[in-house]
Amino acid sequence: MLFFTRWKAASILITALVVCAFALPNFFPENVVKNWPSWAQRHIVLGLDLQGGSHLLLEVDTSAVRKEQLQSIDDDVLKVLRQARIPFTGRAVHGSSVEVHITHDTDIDIALSKLRELSQPLSGYLGATGQRSIDVTESGGTISLTPTEPSITGRVRQAVDQSIEIIQRRVNELGLVEPTIQREGANRILVQVPGLQDPSRLKEILGKTAKLDFRMVDLSMSPEQAEQAHPADSEILDGETPGQKYLIEKRVLVSGADLVDAQPGFDPRNNDPVVNFRFNSTGARKFAEATQANVGKPFAIVLDNKVISAPVIREPILGGSGQISGNFTVQSANDLAILLRAGALPAPLTIIEERTVGPGLGQDSINAGEHAAYAGAALVIIFMFLTYGLFGLFANIAVAVNVAMIFGVLSFLNATLTLPGIAGIVLTVGIAVDSNVLIYERIREEVRAGRSAINAIDAGFSRALATILDSNITTFIAAAVLFYIGTGPVRGFAVTLGIGIITTLFTAFTLTRLIVAYWVRLWRPRVVPI
Amino acid sequence: MRLLRIVPDDTKFDFMRFRRISFPVSAMLSIVAIMLYFFHGLNFGIDFIGGTLIEVQTKASPSDLAKMRSTIGSLELGDFQLQQFGAPDDVLIRISEQSGGDEAQQAAVQKVRDALGDDVTYRRVEVVGPSVSTELLAYGTIGLVLAIVAILIYLWFRFEWQFALGAMIANVHDLVLTVGFMSLTHIDFDLTSIAALLTILGYSLNDTVVIYDRIREMLRRYKRMPMPELLNASVNATLSRSIVTHVTVAMSLLALLLFGGQAIHSFTATMMFGVVLVGTYTSVFIASPILIYLGVGAGRAGGAEEPGAPPTAPAAAPVSSRPATPPQRARARRS
Repeated sequence: MLFFTRWKAASILITALVVCAFALPNFFPENVVKNWPSWAQRHIVLGLDLQGGSHLLLEVDTSAVRKEQLQSIDDDVLKVLRQARIPFTGRAVHGSSVEVHITHDTDIDIALSKLRELSQPLSGYLGATGQRSIDVTESGGTISLTPTEPSITGRVRQAVDQSIEIIQRRVNELGLVEPTIQREGANRILVQVPGLQDPSRLKEILGKTAKLDFRMVDLSMSPEQAEQAHPADSEILDGETPGQKYLIEKRVLVSGADLVDAQPGFDPRNNDPVVNFRFNSTGARKFAEATQANVGKPFAIVLDNKVISAPVIREPILGGSGQISGNFTVQSANDLAILLRAGALPAPLTIIEERTVGPGLGQDSINAGEHAAYAGAALVIIFMFLTYGLFGLFANIAVAVNVAMIFGVLSFLNATLTLPGIAGIVLTVGIAVDSNVLIYERIREEVRAGRSAINAIDAGFSRALATILDSNITTFIAAAVLFYIGTGPVRGFAVTLGIGIITTLFTAFTLTRLIVAYWVRLWRPRVVPI
Repeated sequence: MRLLRIVPDDTKFDFMRFRRISFPVSAMLSIVAIMLYFFHGLNFGIDFIGGTLIEVQTKASPSDLAKMRSTIGSLELGDFQLQQFGAPDDVLIRISEQSGGDEAQQAAVQKVRDALGDDVTYRRVEVVGPSVSTELLAYGTIGLVLAIVAILIYLWFRFEWQFALGAMIANVHDLVLTVGFMSLTHIDFDLTSIAALLTILGYSLNDTVVIYDRIREMLRRYKRMPMPELLNASVNATLSRSIVTHVTVAMSLLALLLFGGQAIHSFTATMMFGVVLVGTYTSVFIASPILIYLGVGAGRAGGAEEPGAPPTAPAAAPVSSRPATPPQRARARRS
């Protein structure tokens, strides 16, 4: 146990040194570290509870995604059946499928085969999965089209990916520093912005879907009459002021997807804040056609199913650019321009969790963590020295290296350090000492039982190491489970605890032994000073 | 130098004799803890039942709690709590979960912000909606159960089944008593509390495993020693190590308790109770004697006793074939 070849000793020391060295970038100011090679720049990231900032968890509304999918299948069914000139009745969305009744039984087979073409093969990561996107079934003359589960999950995943992109654009526009935006689970997105104190504006910007449509106002009847008559091709939408209602055609003339730019500005006539926009060539053409055909009639600018403006078309707009005016403040005009530039979210997002920490609390937490760490370390070091003397000193060195290694590993992994994480490190110091205590108490016993100094030390190590392994593994299992189920700060605790156990095992098995072995070689003691 | 010896060498304390007391006492305490959980309840934090937590620092010091209470009360947000938190100008506002899903939580926070206006700076805002809170609660419970099962399986591999079971009973008992403690003290029960419970579990097992390891060694070495004697010898042999380690862990926790601040206060207090008080007691007075009842060492004198049999005589020095202590004393003096 006490025999180390030179190679073994050297490799142990070098491993320890290298791992500790990774902790160095944390102690130098950032402008110095920037000049180091990129592999040496890895450092610990402070959690939001230590540096202050906002943590928002957003959920993509999957029911909206499903609804849209069914809606587009509905539109496709209409197109296909009309093109094939197959008479039908009762085309509607029922629950989770689109149903349509074919009038003549002779048409059913043709209808089925045409509608089956709408279903597309799905592909996964490894290529075609052999499944299709829509199940088409028929019973009693009614054909049902149901989207399959894999196709829905695929769409949700797409929606989340798209949302992440759009969120990134919106957050960038707000000029926020280094935000983290990542997917969490099947339909959630995590947004973390360090340093952000008041996330209200961010929440507002993320909460809006920002779907912009240009449609014609339906003048054939008033909104009140429409509430009774239920016209098929128009719907009633609210305006900006409460109680204001409009009857708007469902048909979309131009959509916000064709916008190429949007900028806040001021109306030259009355200095009100407005949003100036510009279409791409497709949008410009559609806009020109629509305005040419409807001079003198009002058209509605609809944002997220609310009419924000309904100006009358005075002349055809051929240039593809225009202005949205309404009840804007400078800030809200700016925000709308940001939303239009970034693009519309494919589905609404809801904020399901928010944790914001101010800088005051963050700094207090760091101070508290530091004080606790120093105090704890000091107490343990003094106690070990009093109890085991010289060997206590060896144990203290091993524990110091242990803590340095923990920081090194955390740096290497770019791990996040939270306040519970610091607690984990302090706890690890208490637990790391245990492995040394086990060894030393064993050595004491062996000495009492009559072994010579060197034999006692050797026996102490060999008997104790198996116990050390067993006992630390149980704590490690607890840390692993905690990592899996925990979030945020609690996960930080699991990480430091887990890493602490691994480094403890390393130092107990190698470093302490090495130090004692060299001491034995140099001093050749007859008596163990324990 | 003269070294600190908290526990003298060669202690021969008869721990096993107390099992007739310790088992009933533990059973009773466990029942009390369970009843506390069901009747007194745990102070569940927003992590598990949803709601909003806002920590503010008021410009006025000390804060005018009454005024804040009436301001927030007028917002009609349902149940809410206001308390001083740490410094005299620090107030913790807790609002219960609003009906109406996740959007309603956000609306409530906005109302509070508008109502309090410029009188306060916000140190911390936490909003947990119903979807996340039910998940965290589920995960927390599953996590605990999973950890218990995983450790049980691990111990089964390393030791015999009686050891695994004994360790589990002892340590689940630890968790039960700790939960009782948390119920009694009305300490915040949130995600960090689950972290504390899992750490207590892991660390307490740490302790139990050390003693079991020694018991296993002695079972192999002393094939004829009666169980209570053997168990006593094992515990006495590991006593010094246990005490020293518990002192060091207690010191770490003490440092955290005194300096760690309010944010992790509930975590460190729970850990202190679980690891230091309960963990030590159960490893010695429950985990070891329970092996007798589980049938370890059946066939030895004193192993797998019949109920009603009188306890065996207090342990004498273990029969040993090793040489007597040599003249060379263990205590070294640097001359």
